[in-house]
Amino acid sequence: MAAKPKPKEKAPTGRVNSPKQLEALRAAIVARKNPKKPCIALCVGTGCLAYGCVDILQAFKNEITKQKLENSVDVRGTGCPGFCERGALLTIYPQGVFYQRVRIEDVPEIVNETIVKGRVISRLLYQDPNTKQHYEKEADVPFYSRQMRLLLDANSKIDPTSIEDYIGIGGYSALAKVLFQIKPEQVIDKVKKSGLRGRGGGGFPTGNKWQSTRDAEGDIKYVICNCDEGDPGAFMDRSLMEGNPHSVLEGMIIGAYAIGSHEGYVYIRHEYPMAVENVMMAIKQAESKGLLGTNILGSGFHFKLKVSRGGGAFVCGESTALMASLEGKVGEPRAKYVHTSEKGLYNRPSNLNNVETWANIPHIMLKGADWFSGIGTMTSKGTKIFSLVGKVNNTGLIEVPMGMKLRDIVFGIGGGIRDGKKFKAVQTGGPSGGFIPESHLDIAVDFDELTRVGSMMGSGAMIVTDENTCMVDMAKYFVNFLQEESCGKCLPCREGLKRMIQILTDITDGKGRDEDIELLERLAATLKDASLCALGQTAANPVLTTIRYFRDEYEAHIKEHRCPAGVCKPLITYSIINEKCPGCGKCVEPCPTKAITFVAKKQPVILDQEKCIKCGTCYDICNLKAVAIK
Amino acid sequence: MNKLVNLTIDGRKLQGEEGQTVLEVARDNGIDIPTLCYHEEIEPYGACRLCLVEVTKNNRSRLVTSCLYPIEEGLVVKTATERVISNRKMLMELLLARCQGVKVIEDMARKLGVDKPSFKPEYWEKNECILCGLCTRACAEVVGTSAISLVNRGVNREVAAPFLETAEDCIGCGSCVYICPTKCIKMEENGDTRTIVNWKATFKMQKCQKCGKNFAPVKQLEYFRKKLNLPEGFFDVCPDCR
Ligand SMILES: Cc1cc2nc3c(=O)[nH]c(=O)nc-3n(C[C@H](O)[C@H](O)[C@H](O)COP(=O)(O)O)c2cc1C
Ligand code: SF4
Ligand code: SF4
Ligand code: FES
Repeated sequence: MAAKPKPKEKAPTGRVNSPKQLEALRAAIVARKNPKKPCIALCVGTGCLAYGCVDILQAFKNEITKQKLENSVDVRGTGCPGFCERGALLTIYPQGVFYQRVRIEDVPEIVNETIVKGRVISRLLYQDPNTKQHYEKEADVPFYSRQMRLLLDANSKIDPTSIEDYIGIGGYSALAKVLFQIKPEQVIDKVKKSGLRGRGGGGFPTGNKWQSTRDAEGDIKYVICNCDEGDPGAFMDRSLMEGNPHSVLEGMIIGAYAIGSHEGYVYIRHEYPMAVENVMMAIKQAESKGLLGTNILGSGFHFKLKVSRGGGAFVCGESTALMASLEGKVGEPRAKYVHTSEKGLYNRPSNLNNVETWANIPHIMLKGADWFSGIGTMTSKGTKIFSLVGKVNNTGLIEVPMGMKLRDIVFGIGGGIRDGKKFKAVQTGGPSGGFIPESHLDIAVDFDELTRVGSMMGSGAMIVTDENTCMVDMAKYFVNFLQEESCGKCLPCREGLKRMIQILTDITDGKGRDEDIELLERLAATLKDASLCALGQTAANPVLTTIRYFRDEYEAHIKEHRCPAGVCKPLITYSIINEKCPGCGKCVEPCPTKAITFVAKKQPVILDQEKCIKCGTCYDICNLKAVAIK
Repeated sequence: MNKLVNLTIDGRKLQGEEGQTVLEVARDNGIDIPTLCYHEEIEPYGACRLCLVEVTKNNRSRLVTSCLYPIEEGLVVKTATERVISNRKMLMELLLARCQGVKVIEDMARKLGVDKPSFKPEYWEKNECILCGLCTRACAEVVGTSAISLVNRGVNREVAAPFLETAEDCIGCGSCVYICPTKCIKMEENGDTRTIVNWKATFKMQKCQKCGKNFAPVKQLEYFRKKLNLPEGFFDVCPDCR
């Protein structure tokens, strides 16, 4: 017997009142899209703003209009695909041609050649700096081909300001499934079973946290998203919030349902104007579609979400400081012996998760806990987004499965060290992360392995350093950052970091004492044991790991008054290697203190040590390597 | 009465009431734990970290601040393990390096076996304030005035009146002077005026209409009279003569 055809649900124009209506809406959105229609997708994320991407986008629109192609070509501004250093970034669909370093002058040529004639402009393709090979498709570029972009992939596929785009790629179907087919307890079980751990730094099991907040006594409970992201150089949360805000909202609504919360906050640093704008817009859109607010999708569940802008202090990312700041108080941490899941915001049970943690939730709900726990290592599941910066050839935002070898990240995705120099160490986890040396490059990157070698996952910042980096100087740099960001409430962090900086400065000035290494270690132990919050507790990692792996550099500074990397100014001298200098005089003019004197052609120049301020200008200028650093 | 909780501190089996902290139970039983930012009348704050103790639960031990840690059934606390002591000593070194010449700190350091900081003498400082926040908390919690607060972040932290001017809300009660562990808040009385030097605030004193003593700032008496809804003229005579 033939099945009776079901009556077709009409796509709603306003509120979506049932999962069926959501599917109808999605079908209508997908039907409107012609997969063969060319689309120019240009990243308009914060990273690309500096390259004038907003003007470039407009130029494309103008050019398309000029050529009367409006009906046959789409132009779309998208979120960040991660390869920011190569911006502006452009993908042309459906072929997937990937152009990088696009400038406004290139616009007419791209339209004429690639869109109209279907020819690829090889000048705009990515070229591997090592192999000189060109790559046509984004997916083939080594920077991308080794990644697993569960969360970031959608960034370049959708317009973050369009809820239709998100729904078109399956958005909010996880929410519909959860609200109508899964009980709150089962949602929590699923998250537990998936093995998801918080991406904000601590790696706390997300399911357990949800469970405690659900179990805590109280009628009013809060769900909060941490988008403070105060690490210098980190921008994973920004890029998710800017590029795919609905995925974060969907995760939060699911979490609220599981926990039994009806009120939530997105705490977002105010230096992220585009992220603030996009998430506010996303909230409005979701509300008008009935996906947020009262009676979500006709399920009877309601959840209200507000945006709160943080003042920007690094410590405000710490959970208790964040909640104090949300309450309008000074953003200072307090002891967490009573967990925030019991007494958090306004002393009510509160569940705080990081942006990336939330964004994982819809995927887990749709594809299942087993699928998720199939990715990664024994103790760390799923993928992790890192911002890979420093002395590697390819820098940017990357997403890889947990457990990828550190070496594959630095040398595979990162393409190795710039200018053929030697790798020295990679710092992971943000300013209070540790430095990992060559000998540990083969560790599988996950929460526990990073901790084992003295560093941490932290937020996911990765800074690669090369042979020209002084490790004592590096440690000093980060301790200084942390000292400036310490709230000053507790004694070990406030006073301890101050002393640590004094000792490190002495060492890099050649005034270190023999006992200073041991004193640094004792100070570090107290910072770790006695500080009130994790800022102070982890602040000594840069010092401890550099002592652990690069003790010889500390000793060279202290005992021999020598900086092996040639970085610490008081310990180095610049000199002319007479045999190598042909007296070209190229360095004479640029020297800011006129310390170099031209003698005659074919005779070496003379460098006056008295006048030299060790700025290194001559060293950088001399192509013949006739300037030596000692 | 609250539920009783059993715990062990330094090998002694003790009982406390649910909701008490480890420090409270320890002190009730004559066990000494050093503190600098704690006072019975004021919410614990956890800034000086001297009250660190080692607690063991489910075979895992860790350091916690006893002034904040709520007691739990079966908790095992040790107040003077090697780890606790070495941390306390380092904290004392940090305090000594900040507060050269401050007697309370020097005495406490000596008691804990520290005679001088290991940091270079050229970096030692002569601050009197240890930033324990007792004065600001007393002002806010006990008096209810919040005339002073801890301002600035990190190493620049200090106690100050709003916008570093004179403390306009200060009523001259002197609670901060009394509570400061290092006695670094100076108060001067001169005839019928009282000045709290640190907050640049001067007050006219109320003269007792019976004994003639200048017994308290007029502003303070007015503040309490209004707060407690007392009749006008209530404080014309001092408490001793009433
Ligand atoms: C100094 C400091 C800064 C922090 N900054 C952030 C931050 O910017 N974003 C974040 O998600 N977590 C941050 N954390 C971690 C949070 O305290 C908290 O653990 C996290 O938001 C919980 O979310 P998760 O379980 O999803 O990781 C910070 C912690 C400390 C100690
Ligand atoms: S550890 Fe540092 S940041 Fe944290 S409470 Fe103490 S002083 Fe503030
Ligand atoms: S003035 Fe005294 S009470 Fe106030 S913070 Fe400083 S040491 Fe503590
Ligand atoms: S007394 Fe507990 S931290 Fe100061």
